[in-house]
Amino acid sequence: MLETIWFILWGVLWAVYFMLDGFDLGLGSLMPFLAKDETDRRVIYSAMGPFWNGNEVWLLTAGGATFAAFPDAYAAMFSAMYTPLMLLLFAIIIRGIAFEYRGKVDGAGWRARWDGLFTVASALPMLLFGVAFANIFAGVPIDREGVFQGNLLTYLNPYGLLGGALFVLLFLVHGALWGAWRTEGGLHERAASLAAKLWPALLVIAVAFLGASWFATPLYANYLAMPVLWVLPVLAVVGLVGTRVAMARGSWGGAWGFSALTIVGATFFGVAGLFPNIFPSSLDPAFSKTAFNAASTGATLGVMLAVALVMVPIVIGYQFWVYRLFSGKITRESPAYE
Amino acid sequence: MDVLFLSRLQFAAATLFHFIFVPLTLGISVLIAIMETVYVRTGDEEYRRMAKFWGKLFLINFAIGVVTGITLEFQFGTNWSRYSTYVGDVFGALLAIEATVTFFLESTFIAVWALGWKKLSPKAHAVAIWLVALASNMSAYWILTANSWMQHPVGYTIRNGRAEVTDFLAVISQGFALMTFVHTVSGAYAAAGFFVLGISAWHLLRGQNVAFFTKSFRLAATFAAAAALVVVGLGHLSGSEVAATQPTKLAAMESHWETGANVPMYLIQWPDPSGERNAVEALPIPGLLSLLAFHDTAATVKGLKEFPASERPPIFPSWLSFKIMVGAGSLLLLVALGAWLVRGNPAGRPGFLRLMVWALPLPWIAIETGWILAEVGRQPWIVYGVMKTSAAVSRLATVQVATSLVAFVAVYGILGFIAISLMARFARRGPVAD
Repeated sequence: MLETIWFILWGVLWAVYFMLDGFDLGLGSLMPFLAKDETDRRVIYSAMGPFWNGNEVWLLTAGGATFAAFPDAYAAMFSAMYTPLMLLLFAIIIRGIAFEYRGKVDGAGWRARWDGLFTVASALPMLLFGVAFANIFAGVPIDREGVFQGNLLTYLNPYGLLGGALFVLLFLVHGALWGAWRTEGGLHERAASLAAKLWPALLVIAVAFLGASWFATPLYANYLAMPVLWVLPVLAVVGLVGTRVAMARGSWGGAWGFSALTIVGATFFGVAGLFPNIFPSSLDPAFSKTAFNAASTGATLGVMLAVALVMVPIVIGYQFWVYRLFSGKITRESPAYE
Repeated sequence: MDVLFLSRLQFAAATLFHFIFVPLTLGISVLIAIMETVYVRTGDEEYRRMAKFWGKLFLINFAIGVVTGITLEFQFGTNWSRYSTYVGDVFGALLAIEATVTFFLESTFIAVWALGWKKLSPKAHAVAIWLVALASNMSAYWILTANSWMQHPVGYTIRNGRAEVTDFLAVISQGFALMTFVHTVSGAYAAAGFFVLGISAWHLLRGQNVAFFTKSFRLAATFAAAAALVVVGLGHLSGSEVAATQPTKLAAMESHWETGANVPMYLIQWPDPSGERNAVEALPIPGLLSLLAFHDTAATVKGLKEFPASERPPIFPSWLSFKIMVGAGSLLLLVALGAWLVRGNPAGRPGFLRLMVWALPLPWIAIETGWILAEVGRQPWIVYGVMKTSAAVSRLATVQVATSLVAFVAVYGILGFIAISLMARFARRGPVAD
């Protein structure tokens, strides 16, 4: 029972992470297409500045919770994905430093170098997460002891790359909508039009991914066994359609909210299909790391659950407060970020 | 060069680099919080400018401290997967609690503090920095508890082929962890104190912003002196804790070979590990090692020969890092007490101010060698007496780890250089009018 609760919480942590960091990764990647001058760039940085660091902690917590609740799965997953994870780490390191340091020296060359690194370091994680999760859905060649029997190219299969494309588009739309919501003038126009152009591509890729998942993964087995789960992909579809409708009505906050729903629904589509696997083996189902064979003891799961039940609502409370504190349009006259 | 060696090197590089920046975060957040509190209570604008000036240096340092911490959490899974599987039930929980309870608080409110000067009342703004200081110090508690469990495992049993928790309360309240926490955090406070003292001294020597830097100096002097007293006192107690719990580490750091009673400490000594003896031993202080280890000059202290060679830590690095740590620690205590004595009118003591500028790195030397001693001295165990480091490493291709190690050293090297240059630049510029 505790294992199942932790499996759901594990999904929640990833979903919230993608919903929150998704917009700043997406907006960061779009910077060169949106910003016409230095003021535009400062406005874009300001639109993410108060939030990105707190958003990223959801990733640390998702990683930490995997370690604590399912150590065997954490060990197999993180060592099997060694090189992609290292790339992710370097991207996160450089991105965080770019946020803080790009404005510290007044020089066009200095800022341009950090902006370039920032764009790449924002785009790379979206792709890596997509490829990684699609491969997890399909199964990864790990042996009886959880040791990876492949190489980096193993992950770059068509379904993995389709997953990468899906995540990239999900986050780009999410980021463009955040930009459209929080800025005004030319920047707002460009972000809004970019979101409108990216949305059809997202729709196509999302349909393709749902279809390909039928052939490439065993995800649908849980849906056929337990039809109530269909509500999760339906939520993703509702979010996707709602995003377009809200965009058409010029409600950018609403569109962002629907886009968040799409991301949460899509994450849970995968997580619910995965259950009880966390890191399935493509060599033999008996080698798979599941919520049951990879779990910590009841004592640890219980302590962790108590901590989560107390702390997570508090975290959501103060993060919500921060989003409200720094709400409203960012104008060209007063971009707070240096 | 095998995966084990490369993984150890990578973890050591990541930890030692991370811990250049973390101590400053731990201490200076508290100093800034005090400055802002004085400003809120007295309305003295100079304290607000102090919070802003030191805060700018803090933010440059904080950014690099945070991002290099993420690496460490991930490396348990990437490079030490068999360790993660074996002890995840105990160790993973501590890391997860650290993330949930403290990282969120720290990362969320650092942004509120950095960007909220105009959005919040002075009082609410001061609360934000107190929350950051509280969170980073609590974070230190959780991670040091996790490390202490590797040094001195308690509250677990080996079952189903892994370490399982039997008493979580014992894990988070054990004496070793509390002592390590106070020792490490007071060392960090001393580092932050020396940072503020050193930069203030540099400006006072040039007669710039004298009132501003005198106030900074005064605050930091008291802070550093108190921290130095605690860190040295706790260092001594940690020594007896090591004697009781990790006899091989104690013997290695003293290069003590033969078990015996009433063991002296040598003022001049040079280990010869291959000959299982000391090449040089001179000027003994009778009974001092027995006294320091067990509070009794007659006590028996086990020597390295008591243990099979396969269970002895690397002697030379343990011995050398211990000597450097103690040397730097003693010097920093003297300098900190000196700063406290001249705090009334530091500008009138140019000789001492020059010394203070040069003394700035002392806490860092003590801190880094302290970590080397703690981690190297624990070898060959990753969890003392329970799991060998060689059994903990992931089964990876050598080229993967070699590549990532080179990338770490290159990226960290460049970023470290940039961070320290930026701090030096803003430190030299001094406070600016706003």
